[in-house]
Amino acid sequence: MTSEFAVEMRDVVKKFITPEGHEISAVDHVTMQIKNGEFFSMLGSSGCGKTTSLRMVAGFEWTTEGEVFIEGKPMGHIPPFQRKVNTVFQSYALFQHLTVFQNVAFGLEMEHVEKEEIKQRVGRALEMVQLTGMDRRKPKQLSGGQQQRVALARALVKTPEVLLLDEPLGALDLKLRKEMQLELKALQQQLGITFIYVTHDQEEALAMSDRIAVMSHGRVQQIGSPVEVYERPVNKFVADFIGESNFLEGRINSISESEAKVFIHSLNVELIGIPISEGLVNGDEVTVCIRPEKIRIVEEDIPNQNIFCGKVANTVYIGADTHVFVNLYGIKLKVWEQNFISRLHSKLYAVGQDVCLALAPENTLVLKKD
Amino acid sequence: MFQRLRESKSARGTLLALPTTAWLFVLLIIPLILTLIVSFGQRSPDGNVIYTFTLNNYIRLFGYSTDCPVGQASCFEPLYLNILWRSLSLAFNTTWVVVIMAYPLAYFIARAHPKKRSLYLFMVLIPLWTNFVIRVYAWMMLLRKEGAINAIIGWLMHLLNIPFVPFEMLYTPGAVLVGMVYEFLPFMILPIYTSLEKIDNSLYEAAADLGANSLKTFLRVTLPLSMPGMVAGTILVFIPVMGTFIVSDILGGRQVILVGNLIQRQFLDARDPTFGSAVSLILMVMTLIVTYFYTRKFGFGEEIVSA
Repeated sequence: MTSEFAVEMRDVVKKFITPEGHEISAVDHVTMQIKNGEFFSMLGSSGCGKTTSLRMVAGFEWTTEGEVFIEGKPMGHIPPFQRKVNTVFQSYALFQHLTVFQNVAFGLEMEHVEKEEIKQRVGRALEMVQLTGMDRRKPKQLSGGQQQRVALARALVKTPEVLLLDEPLGALDLKLRKEMQLELKALQQQLGITFIYVTHDQEEALAMSDRIAVMSHGRVQQIGSPVEVYERPVNKFVADFIGESNFLEGRINSISESEAKVFIHSLNVELIGIPISEGLVNGDEVTVCIRPEKIRIVEEDIPNQNIFCGKVANTVYIGADTHVFVNLYGIKLKVWEQNFISRLHSKLYAVGQDVCLALAPENTLVLKKD
Repeated sequence: MFQRLRESKSARGTLLALPTTAWLFVLLIIPLILTLIVSFGQRSPDGNVIYTFTLNNYIRLFGYSTDCPVGQASCFEPLYLNILWRSLSLAFNTTWVVVIMAYPLAYFIARAHPKKRSLYLFMVLIPLWTNFVIRVYAWMMLLRKEGAINAIIGWLMHLLNIPFVPFEMLYTPGAVLVGMVYEFLPFMILPIYTSLEKIDNSLYEAAADLGANSLKTFLRVTLPLSMPGMVAGTILVFIPVMGTFIVSDILGGRQVILVGNLIQRQFLDARDPTFGSAVSLILMVMTLIVTYFYTRKFGFGEEIVSA
């Protein structure tokens, strides 16, 4: 391998002309560096540019500006059939007129691999995705999950350096999807090849990826490990898109080297001892972000501990957790409490009940206003 | 009874199929049986049918002749066999020329922007608004010695100072082929377009992704997936070409006589319905045989996808 990066997108722009004649940037100055052997996800809602980015790596689309590098080589206008990447399509794109064997063998035949070797490699690929014995069936005779595996085998049999996956599990039901997530991750580790995985499912991205690029409106919002993007989102969009958050608008009242006091306008209270990121100064308007599972419901109000009291507005029991909505000086905060003890034995919070919320400083994130 | 109808799906199906079945029985099955009976009959001197059982019409069709050189009572005269062969080969030739012409156009339309596709399809259908016979006559205007094609070539030759004598294109097998191809082209374009249009773009991308260049993608993916359309188109073109007589009548004159013309003349000019019936039945059998072997090899165009 000549390059440290399996795939690199350098300042890539992709513009499309809409049918109405407007020019839109589907991908807007995207730069990412994907390391060899990494499981890299592009996460975002539809229209965020993730699929277009993947298609530019595959060679189905060409960049308007910027450059895509594979193994350090600029791709320019190199067509898909000359790139060392293979794609698993969202729709699987299986050849319905060919059998499972012929589908998987297709890519090897294009390379003029010898018949005996094709047989062996297709056999191994089908074994890898647990489809041994299905080789004479047509795709239409397989279940959705099996078709997905054929698509995977068809791409992997080519032993690509990089495998591109465009929402490959999107059409499967929840249970199968979770199984396949684990299987895909195991497969990627076993084969040691780079996966670039496009998904709109944050849980999927968090569960499988080494790193995630969170995208919106054609731009990369944040690139980081699952823990980083969840625990240290760089802006309100990421904090809102991944997981759930309570957002409170405030102002930095006093600031020391590592912590600050933040005045929350809506609650008319001051949070103390809040760790802050660089670049914030006294008087800055900020958004304070607190994950609902990180707020604790406590018995009593202790002064100067960031504990605030209000009334329960609503309680939703969802099995593993209980979601409690607490009215705090007219602002509704989401609080998730794990059901450590069966709710048969400990009562649910009643509407109107007085509760106090502890907002631990270390779980409070201060974001500069966008 | 209505209660039962509402409950039983098969009963409802039968009821829905009844009008068409009755129509086909009265206007197809019964006439076919009559044709069969007449074909074994004998022509009376005044052109009526004498109902007997004789194979004479078929024997005559397959080359037995009593109109022989002096000294012979009977001989082999392949006049009608030649006509059958000519019709068959013309139908084959028309079909493959139509396939070759229709496929690129259908492909172009199927890959065009969705908004433009309906316009192109509309343009394919425009000629069908004009009467079939009138369109064939239009070809006569183009092909004859004083026609447009000779005029244009003559004008060009005149510009280049090359001597040119207008040549006769009308009343040749080529003229009939051109007419047939023109008439039946839309019936091939539409089914091929339909099957090409169904091919998802991601299949082309998948083929490219797996290392196939455009030629290989076409041969390994596009062509096999569009087979259903080609099969349907072939059936839609081959069968009518086998039986039609208008194109050959107008563009072929007396030079290019096809089975269709033979049948028409037997009923109208020669006033021999018994021989006409025999030829009709043989034409039907020939078409059935060709279609049978063709569909057994390629299917009716649906089995490609399922097992």
